[in-house]
Amino acid sequence: MISLWIITGVVLLVSLAADRRKTQAAVFKGLKMFVGVIPILLGVLAAVSLVLTAVTPRMLERILSGTGLLPFFSALGVGSIALIPGFIAYPLAALLRQNGASVPVLAAFITSLMMVGVLTLPLEARYFGWRAALLRNGLALCGAVVVAGGMAWVLQ
Amino acid sequence: MNGLPVRKMRKAMGKYWPWFLFAVVVALWAYSLLHADFDFGRKAGENLGSFLVEMASVLPPMFLLVGLFEIWVPRKVIERYAGLRSGMRAVPWMILLATVQAGPLYVAFPVAIGLWRKGCAPRNVFIYLGAFSAMKIPMLTFEVAFLGWQFSLARTLISVPVFVALAVVMERLLPGNFRPPALKEPSNGGDGLGSSSLEEGNF
Repeated sequence: MISLWIITGVVLLVSLAADRRKTQAAVFKGLKMFVGVIPILLGVLAAVSLVLTAVTPRMLERILSGTGLLPFFSALGVGSIALIPGFIAYPLAALLRQNGASVPVLAAFITSLMMVGVLTLPLEARYFGWRAALLRNGLALCGAVVVAGGMAWVLQ
Repeated sequence: MNGLPVRKMRKAMGKYWPWFLFAVVVALWAYSLLHADFDFGRKAGENLGSFLVEMASVLPPMFLLVGLFEIWVPRKVIERYAGLRSGMRAVPWMILLATVQAGPLYVAFPVAIGLWRKGCAPRNVFIYLGAFSAMKIPMLTFEVAFLGWQFSLARTLISVPVFVALAVVMERLLPGNFRPPALKEPSNGGDGLGSSSLEEGNF
């Protein structure tokens, strides 16, 4: 995170040195885009934090442990809906593995978590439109199944 | 007589649902301050707080960079390396751009739109999003630490062809003249991203 701020600062300074007016326009443009998404972002993040609070790690453990198709599809479902930050998701996944979750279930969970975002759909639709957002998420869900299947084949 | 207020309310919900949800979480959190045993409100508030910190630490510099990118980077460059005729040569560039970034997927959307506006082929925009979701380096270090390098390596290697293929399918499935709504607005003017399709009553 700090490196991102430093890089941005350096680029900004270089840009300022090169052309003040253009830099002003660029900063204005960036800020305007930021302010434009703040409301929808707050709503999406509020929804995500409600879901994340309602679904406890213990519930996930119970749903995702074991083998068979049910935990696999549950993992896809939970991963698609939730938006769990990496610093929570990976320790959770390690815990799930300790409790006997299989590789395909873990892969389905991690992959769908990262590639599919049902709760962030309104935000994605604001940029790409509902049609493209739904299409991308649907395809990404299929992709998560393929990746999880491939993982099962390679690692077991 | 009854239809109008209902429709008005639905329209207002379509517009103000983000603020409504936000207010609900803040209210739950405030209530937990008064009643110490109300765990749900406290946790929801804490979750929202951590998300807001994450957002505030990543998004402002990202948007500044996107603004600078739009002003300084010539369209020719993006068209040459990631345009419609760039073929598969664009893939490593898209992956390189995505892997050095951090943060949740929603951080990548404005960058993706910026690329699209500069003439990046739709396929390559979706390859960028795929790479961003599957193989950011900061995420990978986490993954290796908790799930082991075999898991990480296998997942990354299998993901690359999958998201490249998905991006190609995505480009085929979208109509040839498809333009994202965020692109249709004039790049200087309007209120940033302008009116969204949300206001058409999808909620």
